Amino acid sequence: MSKPKAGFYWCASCGGCEESVVDLAEDLIAVVAAIDFAFFPCAMDFKREDVEAMKDGEMAVCFINGAVRSSEQFEMVELLRKKSQLIIAYGSCAHMGGIPGLANLYDLESLLKRVYSETESTDNPSGTRPLPQTTVPGGKLTLPTLDESVKSLDQVIPVDYYIPGCPPPTPLLKAAVEAVLSGKLPPKGSVLAPDHALCKECPRIDSKPEDLLIKEFKRPHEIQIDTEKCLLAQGLMCLGSGTRAGCAAVCIKGNMPCTGCMGPVSRVRDHGGAMMGAISSLLEYTEEDQIVAALDSVVDPVGTFYRYGVPASMMFRKHKAPAIGGH
Amino acid sequence: MSNLSLPQTAAGNDGFEPRIVAFFCNWCTYTASDLAGISRMTYAPNTRVIRVMCSGRIEPQLILAALRKGADGVLIGGCHPGDCHYQVGNYKCLRRFKLLKRYFEQMGIEPERVRLEWIAASEGDKVQKVTNEMVEQVRKLGPLNLAEPPKPHHQAAVCAVAAEGAVS
Amino acid sequence: MFMENKASDGEQPRVGVYVCYCGMNIASKVDVEAVRQFAEKLPNVVVSRTYKFMCSDPGQELIAHDIKEQNLNRIVVASCSPLLHDATFRKACAKAGLNPFYFTMANIREQVSWVTANSAAATKKAEALVAAAVARVAMHEALEKKRVPVHADVMVVGAGISGIHAALLLANAGKKVYLVEREPSIGGHMGQLDKTFPTLDCSACILTPKMSEVKNHPNITLWTLSEVQEVSGFSGNFKVKVKRNPRFVKLELCVACGQCVEACVFKEGRVPDEYNIGLSKHKPIYMPFPQATPASVLIDPNACLKLSRGKCASKCVEACDRAAIDFEQKVEYSEVDVGAIILATGYQLFDAKKMPEYGYGKYPNVYTMIELERLVNAAGPTQGEIVMRDGRKPKRVGIIHCVGSRDKRHHPYCSSVCCMVSLKMAHLIRERIDAEVFNFYIDMRTTLKGYEEFYDRVLHDGVNFVRGRVAEVTDWAMTPGEEGKLVIRVEDTLIGVVRRIPVDMVVLATAMEAHDNADDVRRKFNISCSKEGWFLERHPKLAPVSTFSDGIFLAGVCQGPKDIPESVAQAGAAAAEALALVDKGFVEIEPNSACIDADTCSGCKTCVPLCPYHAITFDAEKKISAVNEALCKGCGTCVGSCPSGAAQQKLFTDEQLHQEIEGVLNYV
Repeated sequence: MSKPKAGFYWCASCGGCEESVVDLAEDLIAVVAAIDFAFFPCAMDFKREDVEAMKDGEMAVCFINGAVRSSEQFEMVELLRKKSQLIIAYGSCAHMGGIPGLANLYDLESLLKRVYSETESTDNPSGTRPLPQTTVPGGKLTLPTLDESVKSLDQVIPVDYYIPGCPPPTPLLKAAVEAVLSGKLPPKGSVLAPDHALCKECPRIDSKPEDLLIKEFKRPHEIQIDTEKCLLAQGLMCLGSGTRAGCAAVCIKGNMPCTGCMGPVSRVRDHGGAMMGAISSLLEYTEEDQIVAALDSVVDPVGTFYRYGVPASMMFRKHKAPAIGGH
Repeated sequence: MSNLSLPQTAAGNDGFEPRIVAFFCNWCTYTASDLAGISRMTYAPNTRVIRVMCSGRIEPQLILAALRKGADGVLIGGCHPGDCHYQVGNYKCLRRFKLLKRYFEQMGIEPERVRLEWIAASEGDKVQKVTNEMVEQVRKLGPLNLAEPPKPHHQAAVCAVAAEGAVS
Repeated sequence: MFMENKASDGEQPRVGVYVCYCGMNIASKVDVEAVRQFAEKLPNVVVSRTYKFMCSDPGQELIAHDIKEQNLNRIVVASCSPLLHDATFRKACAKAGLNPFYFTMANIREQVSWVTANSAAATKKAEALVAAAVARVAMHEALEKKRVPVHADVMVVGAGISGIHAALLLANAGKKVYLVEREPSIGGHMGQLDKTFPTLDCSACILTPKMSEVKNHPNITLWTLSEVQEVSGFSGNFKVKVKRNPRFVKLELCVACGQCVEACVFKEGRVPDEYNIGLSKHKPIYMPFPQATPASVLIDPNACLKLSRGKCASKCVEACDRAAIDFEQKVEYSEVDVGAIILATGYQLFDAKKMPEYGYGKYPNVYTMIELERLVNAAGPTQGEIVMRDGRKPKRVGIIHCVGSRDKRHHPYCSSVCCMVSLKMAHLIRERIDAEVFNFYIDMRTTLKGYEEFYDRVLHDGVNFVRGRVAEVTDWAMTPGEEGKLVIRVEDTLIGVVRRIPVDMVVLATAMEAHDNADDVRRKFNISCSKEGWFLERHPKLAPVSTFSDGIFLAGVCQGPKDIPESVAQAGAAAAEALALVDKGFVEIEPNSACIDADTCSGCKTCVPLCPYHAITFDAEKKISAVNEALCKGCGTCVGSCPSGAAQQKLFTDEQLHQEIEGVLNYV
């Protein structure tokens, strides 16, 4: 009996999700024994034609990580959707847009300008930019085009399950593979991770006071971080109170506050909104000017509360207000 | 604006009528809104009031949802500081609102579109004034037209085999 | 998607929508039939009807009939404000066998038809609100109101005529009443009056028997020199902390013989007598006024040498053969449990110095009306003689109406009683000293029983009436006849001439206004004030004695200017409502409390410090938080701050509110 086929593809990705597969360590042996990687461009020499040659639904499951922005990524994920029975959005980028999603705060033109002309180390006096196609002696060369916005995977193709995290904790990947193989899967659309917030699993929860009132926020480099006390209580912006658990609180154990990479729990509609609501409620002040002054210590609200989830947020991208006087 | 003025359709505005979702707290703002009605104060018809018991119930997700679903502006009404029927709920609302405003600043939402007002139960005229003012401001700004997040093309999709749920 | 929504209890919602004409109140602006048609097409709507008056019996019958015949499990009524008729329609649903909380209202009257000029816009707005209500109600759950027992005791704050009347009614009904009064004696402003209009009854004669009844009533605990410090709890179960200031005299021993006052080392009074509006002075130990109740002297700790400096011969102690004087008395605090509270804190008078053009405080012979009351009162500083500060009896008196009232600079309202008071005084002055009297008025407001007849009587007294707002009172004489007089400059609008009328004495009918500390007081009781500073009633027409805080009632001028019969009537009404509350034995709590799902709470403790009532506790063992429903007041603050959606508020769940948002935006 042939092993079920699996795919592992990357879109706008840093490669960390691929490394998380390697992090399975010894468990990788069992995984490889149970499934057949039919498409894993990072690790093995597969080409697009290999996918195109497959029958529809030939792959039992395809894990896709990275956000979607380029025409190539768009085409690939559509193709993989056709050829897979299950699509699992793997990692924060596929789940919510991830770090690349922060590009939605800019328009494409200003991004290209920055990257190709303006960065401190760029030397490009002619302002050369990548183009969709060019003709060279050998023929026509093409490059993928870029969409105006970064998207999460489910904004491009229907997604069956999500494995959150940046990168996803390896136990979640292992459990997902086991679930796929055994057929014991939750309802479609579920996130394959516990459905409660990190505080429940945090080793420092006992030190979190019941009367927490925050005077101002501190960034990790600004204080000597106590290794045992609740990080929010120390004034650090820890999003553990509203971020999905399942990561074994590795960041907290590393003495750093949670930045929200696992996304929200299922009952929340907008992760950043829920976090802004929760955290600001705990400010000590009642006078408007004191509140504003305290919030000045939140240096970058979008980057803080929507670090991994701008495309998945209700606003999706920065709003372009019409020019003054026009509509 | 006088009691009897109608919302004027600005020239060149294509007759755009802003839609404003208003979250009013039961004890102060909603009561004041009723009082404005009892006193027959006329104001712009562009707001749609959603009643909550306290402005402390209002959180960013509700405001974001309103904008996402098509509102051109959101108005929040609560009791004056110190007068909250539940002591301090309005302060929580204020804190959340201030942070949300910082977020909206970064995200390019014009400040006039999301507004927090303290309106006491006896201030029916303030409901009238604030509503008229905000509608005019938002009308000048034009429709919000937030970018729509895309949806997958092939919803029905995908794969007949996937529908069976079997793994081969 | 909205279409697919099953109700939160799993059943398919079957919604009945009822759009009310409300006579012409709604129908004059909203196309009710169009709204009905619109509602019919909304998802889950099975029945959509209109009716002229939904709140009437036949209207409610309509709902009951459809619930039974059409198997409806959700009801929406689009009519007036839920603050008015939510309870009415909930009862109708309950009567028909449907849980009353499967009901919601769309306010298309107070917030649509009454405030929108354009009919098309009004209809559209009504449709949006109906769509929101229909979307919301599908997410409603069956709920039960909780019953909590009430305390049978009542507190009355303020012991003027209103407080006294309410306290006596309640005490006679067998209730234990705590009557709290700030001043050393009960009686309020009415005690300061000489005669009351229109019958010219002696004020003290009709008031003092009631004061005496209060003192002797076994059910009334009277605390004078006392103020409410703190109120907590809720309707039926208030906890009130009262601060009781020391009198420095033992109430149970003092018989008001006055020997101590005689003996006091002060040869004469030095402290301006507040009761006499500073027209006389009293000694540090003094009797507030002859009929003061409780009948006891008291000591002003700031004026008394023994209390302020620690050194005095204390002749008063020697003189008292009852050993009633006690310099050791301290402030005491009492805490009581009561079921209802009646506020009867009365008013203060407008400070005429704010209108310098009338010369009060500048010219010694300009008086306020209350000062004149004290002058004509036989127990007052001049033993009832109308004698001015310079010792002369006036031959001509000018009475100026509306000082501080009907004035955009000060109070826009009419103080209701000043016209009658001014007429009364005009009559008394004519009667007592036969002086010439001029009344300067804007309008004559003599509306109630016997008032117009009284006005007529005064017209025949030979009083001069000048219709005009006085511009100025000046001592600057332009003719020999004006030397030494106060000249009143006024436009006599009936003859169209500006006149200068020299008088000896000017009396200002000052406005009634809310106490300076009304805002602080009302915050203690968690009620609102109106724009003019009066305590706010629940509804100006139909609920003038109750407030938005259940269990707190209003009586007398603290709710708005009124005269004595109106105050007494209102006090009776407040007492009746308080009685209804405590006699019922229980109160029903609106089931809009918060609850935290134990399965989804992650124990982040975000909500715990945010609850104003400390209703949330963290279970260190289970590592989750829970809401104590008995303490929760249903504000929803915890729900708004829960970052994992584990806290929800009944009747205001996330799902319900998001459906409302969806409804107002997506169907119109």
